[in-house]
Amino acid sequence: MDIETIAKKLNLEVRSASDRLKNNVTGGYTGDLLSDVMANSHEGDIWITRQVHQNIVAVATLKEHAGIILVNSCEPARDTLEKANQEKVPIMVSSLPAFELTGAIYNLLEKKD
Amino acid sequence: MHTTETENSLYTNSFDIEGGNFSKAGTIATRIKSILKEIGLPNEVVRKSAIVCYESEINIVSYARKGIITLKVRSKTVEIEAIDEGPGIPDIELAMEQGYSTANQQIREMGFGAGMGLYNIKTYSDKFDISSEVDKGTFLKIIINTP
Repeated sequence: MDIETIAKKLNLEVRSASDRLKNNVTGGYTGDLLSDVMANSHEGDIWITRQVHQNIVAVATLKEHAGIILVNSCEPARDTLEKANQEKVPIMVSSLPAFELTGAIYNLLEKKD
Repeated sequence: MHTTETENSLYTNSFDIEGGNFSKAGTIATRIKSILKEIGLPNEVVRKSAIVCYESEINIVSYARKGIITLKVRSKTVEIEAIDEGPGIPDIELAMEQGYSTANQQIREMGFGAGMGLYNIKTYSDKFDISSEVDKGTFLKIIINTP
């Protein structure tokens, strides 16, 4: 399932790299500790987090995540957006808390698209 | 950046890292990852190298004044050395424990300083050496085998 489909179904607002919404999402990871995400997430994951600073872009780039979703309507910092556009990492914002958003994405990915 | 050719390494490069500059944290790990990919190393080796480089880089940025990461690609191994000038680690055994960290509140709020860095480096390396001198700095040597 691509990011665009997930964004539409869950009313996510795209904040960066809107030309990369065809990125394929093969799984997901939820976490705010960067070392935990580095060690345990996978390529193609959508990363769900509350962190909004620019270092999330480096982690998503290194791990080749499909994109990042910020929870609880948190907005990315300005330098985060600049970096995300440079590195072509889509960042989206959801009004849902991490638990609900993770559950919703899990259900979408479990069903065939 | 200093590129050199040596007899027994296929590729050697050193990267300077500035302590305290979080805006650049992760850029060296990202560069090293693309270098290893370009060389054509297996995905698993690239993945492990990226994790240990990232954690080494974050440690230098978080705690040291400055540091250097040296990458040496040999025929059967990837060797990564991280040397810094900084406060050093008084109790290495304690620092290796998962969850132990001396990071300040600001670093923790950014999602760093979870006490997983050295633990992750050890977990994802095939051979790991660490030595440190208080008020001088820390030296890490990581070897990842290529199949």
